[in-house]
Amino acid sequence: MSTVPTQSPQTYPIDRIRADFPALQQQIRGKPLVYLDNAASAQKPNQVIDTLADFYRHDFSNIHRSVHTLGERATAKYEAARDTVRRFLNARQTEEIVFVRGTTEAINLVAQSFGGSQFKEGDEILISAMEHHSNIVPWQMVCQQTGARLRVVPINDHGELILEEYQRLLGSRTRLVSITHMSNALGTLNPVKEIIDLAHTREIPVLLDGAQAVPHLPVDVQALDCDFYAFSGHKLYGPTGIGVLYGKRELLEAMPPWQGGGEMIRTVTFEKTEYNELPYKFEAGTPAIAEAVGLGAAIDYVEAIGWDHIAAHEHALIEYATEMVHTIPGLGIIGTAAEKGAILSFALDRVHPHDIGTFLDHYGIAVRAGHHCAMPVMDFFKVPATARASFGIYNTLEEVDQLIHAIKEIIKVFG
Amino acid sequence: MLDDLRDLYQEVVFDHNRNPRNFRVIEDADRTIEGFNPLCGDRITLYIKLDGDRITDVSFQGQGCAISTASASLMTEIVKGKTIQEAEKLFQAFHKIVTGQDDDLKLEELGKLAVLTGVRQYPSRIKCATLAWHSLESALKGEQSSVSTE
Ligand SMILES: Cc1ncc(COP(=O)(O)O)c(C=O)c1O
Repeated sequence: MSTVPTQSPQTYPIDRIRADFPALQQQIRGKPLVYLDNAASAQKPNQVIDTLADFYRHDFSNIHRSVHTLGERATAKYEAARDTVRRFLNARQTEEIVFVRGTTEAINLVAQSFGGSQFKEGDEILISAMEHHSNIVPWQMVCQQTGARLRVVPINDHGELILEEYQRLLGSRTRLVSITHMSNALGTLNPVKEIIDLAHTREIPVLLDGAQAVPHLPVDVQALDCDFYAFSGHKLYGPTGIGVLYGKRELLEAMPPWQGGGEMIRTVTFEKTEYNELPYKFEAGTPAIAEAVGLGAAIDYVEAIGWDHIAAHEHALIEYATEMVHTIPGLGIIGTAAEKGAILSFALDRVHPHDIGTFLDHYGIAVRAGHHCAMPVMDFFKVPATARASFGIYNTLEEVDQLIHAIKEIIKVFG
Repeated sequence: MLDDLRDLYQEVVFDHNRNPRNFRVIEDADRTIEGFNPLCGDRITLYIKLDGDRITDVSFQGQGCAISTASASLMTEIVKGKTIQEAEKLFQAFHKIVTGQDDDLKLEELGKLAVLTGVRQYPSRIKCATLAWHSLESALKGEQSSVSTE
């Protein structure tokens, strides 16, 4: 596992953190909620909920359009959130931070704007065999429009990217590499620095899908030198409907807008429209203003806990969960990469994941059962679906025990 | 087992999941159809043998959760020997009850299928119970390709 604990988990303020999340205080079917579906979406702390409510109560207005006080206040908060994101990703400039609806929209933006204007017949786009559908389908769409071709870097039986194959597939026709930083179906952490450096020796830009990575580890886009980075607020304990596309300024400058409307223009006549500067060129229409402010609050929240603490805590959870499930006969882990985040995807010999999901819900335990929007991964491992427990900052070792206990009960019942 | 799960997972369901009936291929089937639930990856292949409009044999193969396997197994038992029209009527009644469109449970009409009515409380699991039936319906209508519950 990659996350090296630098603090002992004992110093982790778990009680205080749990108390911040009102959704965790409830019972499900008479049992305390054990929320292990964080990879799908995370619960929200009071700090985020209150920020949203306060913003709507006191500061709300449309932005960038009004000279009145509320207009200026809302604009200032929205732009402050953008700067928080810039700091969070260590981007050079706030102009490189584009607010979008989420990871999916960020990738579609790059596919349509960058890909749509650059790709030609015979060009190649490189993705991996562990991608979420949102890092597959937008590329298939732009391939159809341009005649470019999608190439897929294979994975091994542990669910790790095969780097030699990646190197082999990187070629003179490759126009873009788009790879997930961390796999949602397997937990695999990809060697993104190596992936980027190898692509850059051929001057090929790289997009990282950071939807899963961002809640678990610090991301420094300058150190990585990635060209695009996409993530969603809702998996980072923030609101839905807000996400981020980071892009290097030179690339974003050269890209055409992808949606037209208000906000993204400087002047409009019926003859000609002059586009606005970055990042507004890519933010057509009224954005998710309160949600952006809420995302800023979510970032402040996780940063206040500290990455060292989070890494150590989640490392302890996944290590313990992995060790414990090894004691369960008939349980197979899907995704056993050496470098792995806090995701445990598993299957039982005799119980379908859907039944596991329903049973666990009766123990108050929320997991995801299904293909995790990664059908090619399911095909590769020859399973119809998996059950997935994914951990976050507020989960505990006792919750892992409850999960293990419930799985053992299920096996007993199904015999 | 937790008591509140008994509504959904009755002993009959476990029985049919462990030992599905008519779980085989009919080599000379008159109708063959594949059903797929992309949401959970359940797959079923249904084989039907007809004599005029009577279902003389029906079987299935595939991979699915306990609810979908038991539903398919029970279905093959109940429709064998029925006419296409009778099977169609059963499908309509079953579908209405499990999707909660018919609160007036006519359980005697459903016979053994009544054990599956617990899925009404589990909206995300209804498609598991209806996959085999949707496949049967398409097959009886003469569609040979595949059905999907999405
Ligand atoms: C790896 C990965 N990429 C992309 C996405 C899509 O994110 P969103 O649905 O927030 O756009 C997800 C979320 O499920 C994901 O896990």
